[in-house]
Amino acid sequence: MTMSSSNCKQRILGAGAALGASLVSMAAAANPVPWQMNLDKGATTITRQIWDLHMAALWVCVALGILVFGAMFIAIIRFRKSKGSVAATWSHNTVMEVGWTIVPVLILVGLATPATILTREMYNATGSEMTVKVTGYQWLWRYDYISYDGKPITKVPTIYSRLAWDSNAARQLGSGIDPNSIVAPDGYHDYLLNVTHPLVIPAGVKVRFLITADDVIHGWWVPDFAAKRDAIPGIMNDAWAKVDKPGIYRGQCYVLCGQDHSAMPVVVKVLPKDQFNAWLAEQQSANTLDKAARTAQAPPSTPPPAKG
Amino acid sequence: MSSTAQAVHYEEHHQGFFERWVMSTNHKDIGTLYLSFSFLMLFVGGSMAMLIRAELFEPGMQLMQPYFFNELTSMHGLVMIFGVIMPSFVGLANWMIPMQIGAPDMALPRLNNLSFWILPFAFVLLLSTFFMPGGAPAAGWTMYPPLVLQGGDAIAFMIFAIHLMGISSILGSINIIATILNLRAPGLDLLKMPMFCWSWLITSFLVIAVMPVLAGAVTMMLFDRFFGTNFFNAAAGGDPVMYQHVFWFFGHPEVYIMILPAFGIISEIVPTFARKPLFGYKAMVYAIACIAFLSFIVWSHHMFTVGLPLGAEVFFMFSTMLIAVPTGVKIFNWVTTMWRGSLSFETPMLWAIGFIVLFSIGGFSGVMMALVPADFQYYGTYFIVAHFHYVLVGGALFSIIGAVYYWLPKWSGHMYSGFWSKLHFWSSVISVNVLFFPQQFLGFAGMPRRIPDYNVAFADWNMVSSIGGFWFGASQLILVGVVIHCVFFSKAKATSRVWEHAYGLEWTLPSPAPHHSFTVPPVIDDSQLAHGDVSH
Repeated sequence: MTMSSSNCKQRILGAGAALGASLVSMAAAANPVPWQMNLDKGATTITRQIWDLHMAALWVCVALGILVFGAMFIAIIRFRKSKGSVAATWSHNTVMEVGWTIVPVLILVGLATPATILTREMYNATGSEMTVKVTGYQWLWRYDYISYDGKPITKVPTIYSRLAWDSNAARQLGSGIDPNSIVAPDGYHDYLLNVTHPLVIPAGVKVRFLITADDVIHGWWVPDFAAKRDAIPGIMNDAWAKVDKPGIYRGQCYVLCGQDHSAMPVVVKVLPKDQFNAWLAEQQSANTLDKAARTAQAPPSTPPPAKG
Repeated sequence: MSSTAQAVHYEEHHQGFFERWVMSTNHKDIGTLYLSFSFLMLFVGGSMAMLIRAELFEPGMQLMQPYFFNELTSMHGLVMIFGVIMPSFVGLANWMIPMQIGAPDMALPRLNNLSFWILPFAFVLLLSTFFMPGGAPAAGWTMYPPLVLQGGDAIAFMIFAIHLMGISSILGSINIIATILNLRAPGLDLLKMPMFCWSWLITSFLVIAVMPVLAGAVTMMLFDRFFGTNFFNAAAGGDPVMYQHVFWFFGHPEVYIMILPAFGIISEIVPTFARKPLFGYKAMVYAIACIAFLSFIVWSHHMFTVGLPLGAEVFFMFSTMLIAVPTGVKIFNWVTTMWRGSLSFETPMLWAIGFIVLFSIGGFSGVMMALVPADFQYYGTYFIVAHFHYVLVGGALFSIIGAVYYWLPKWSGHMYSGFWSKLHFWSSVISVNVLFFPQQFLGFAGMPRRIPDYNVAFADWNMVSSIGGFWFGASQLILVGVVIHCVFFSKAKATSRVWEHAYGLEWTLPSPAPHHSFTVPPVIDDSQLAHGDVSH
């Protein structure tokens, strides 16, 4: 695919700006940006704690790397045969060997402790105020609202969330459509990260996702929620998220699920609680009207739909 | 013993091409066959990698349908693991173990022939699936059901090929164990053996323990697909997650099958060019044994997001982190071996140093992904791809290439080009980082693995990675040239010691080594062992 030079320049500038922006304000609803080099801090308390753990582990690795590689490169520079270095003959040192067995254990305990505490927290879905069932299919996601605020939700229609049609047209072999031309209303280049109907959830509410699949194994993941579980036929997994800020959060299926694995994004639209309540009421009434209309049009022989 | 007389008779008996290479029972010839086969497979699997990186060069689909891309990633993994890394380590074991322990040949020479000749047939079966209706298996090298069961009848060929590869590696391992335990020269106690022999002795037990587990997993899959059983079919009461447990109970020891012999190789090369005994020889042996044991109790870290109970997540996090301790000991010991040495930087040493750096980078990312909460953000992304390519390419493959450069003069009797082999190293070590380092960023940004097409935000690092990929692929052609030149055209004769400070029995034989290694058991002189005084 060719790219005009002005377009290319624009993209590089944009990439620089985006990179700068992503470094400065990681907390904003952060979908992947060009040249991104690190995890996002995400949109929940849990994701920020994960980010801290990730950075701690990363810095421990960097420090150990500097230590080990540093020692090795000093050896490479100082103890060269060409500089007349004469080899020592010792081949063990019990104190040092015990030392570099014990010190790594202590470092690992230092990392494992917060990780264990955080894992417990991530596994604690008690007190969730809303439940959504997520089902993976080849190749779309199905969302069923189960309950909200202690009450079952029955009248909200199932959401079928498949790749948006513009991305679908562009992703065909030899389509001739530039993936850069796919742009969301907010300006985000959302090629392969946009859907026909996103999942809609409220901000500031602990939402529990029940995750399963109906054909092969899929994986439901929104990086900014750290809500991630394999969607497995016959098994109901659960994950939860309490998202701070409204916005559009994008993720992808992460378990190979066949030819269109790259084409089943996860898009979640997080609304402020009052807007969400309004949206929910609208869905419920629209669905009631719709059902009533369908019942009226149905042939008389059909039994009336069961009340639920 | 009358073996000397027999050997003389054997040398005089001229073998035809067919008799020498197809009927061979000689450990060196079979070692050469193994190494040549895996060299060929390196370019088969490498070509698939080039196609994968070409499709990923920019967003949008340019070259192939997504399904074919999945066939490529699946077959790339199977070919590289079972066709390149494992057979080349067996080839090195064949060549070196009899020479390092003072034996005339492997203990079971006919079995040796069989275990090699199974392999080409297994790979003909496996690669032929590309030309079958429905195409090659496309569910990844891990072959998770139910997806893999959607494939065409070709999966029967894949399963049979895996059975054959498993039989081949089990036979090879039995032979290595029998050789090491029975054919050591008098006085060569187990704790005086070269590290390469130790690493293979332990690896062989891993192979024998886990290859049958893989065979069991794929056999259940075969029955599900063709004979109406429901081991993995949730709709009939089966459990798709059970496959993952069984597979990774094989799969994690398999990871160490692909890296422990590398540890052995590096422990041979570093002391030679540091002109100093290997630091902490016994600790190195115990570390390998410890890693081998731990490898059996960490498998679920490949499945942290599968929905394990909390207790299992925490247990597998701790056991996985523990592996960093013996692995760290090995790294520290190599660096300390270099400390106060008298270093020179011939080609094998460059590859060994490259190994230490790249393998450590892969090890660091391994520690990060052992942390369960962090792994929830890494799982299934390019961070994982970067991790296992750092340890398998920067680790296993670098050690194999280092081993070839270390022992090739002993095998062929000629020296290779210092310039071209060093160019090969520098070109490979730079390009492998251009190739895999950006994949860590892509993983952090959230790009899933095993996708042929991606959002435009991932475009830039993917392009960098692809450029590194083409560069790394092209660099390996230098190796072909260096090896062909060395074996067939080089005029520079190798001495029997080859490297100034190379110690160990293999260096007491002339270069090229005679057809039968030690027809008379050598006398063991402790001061001539690579790891120095082992009486402590």
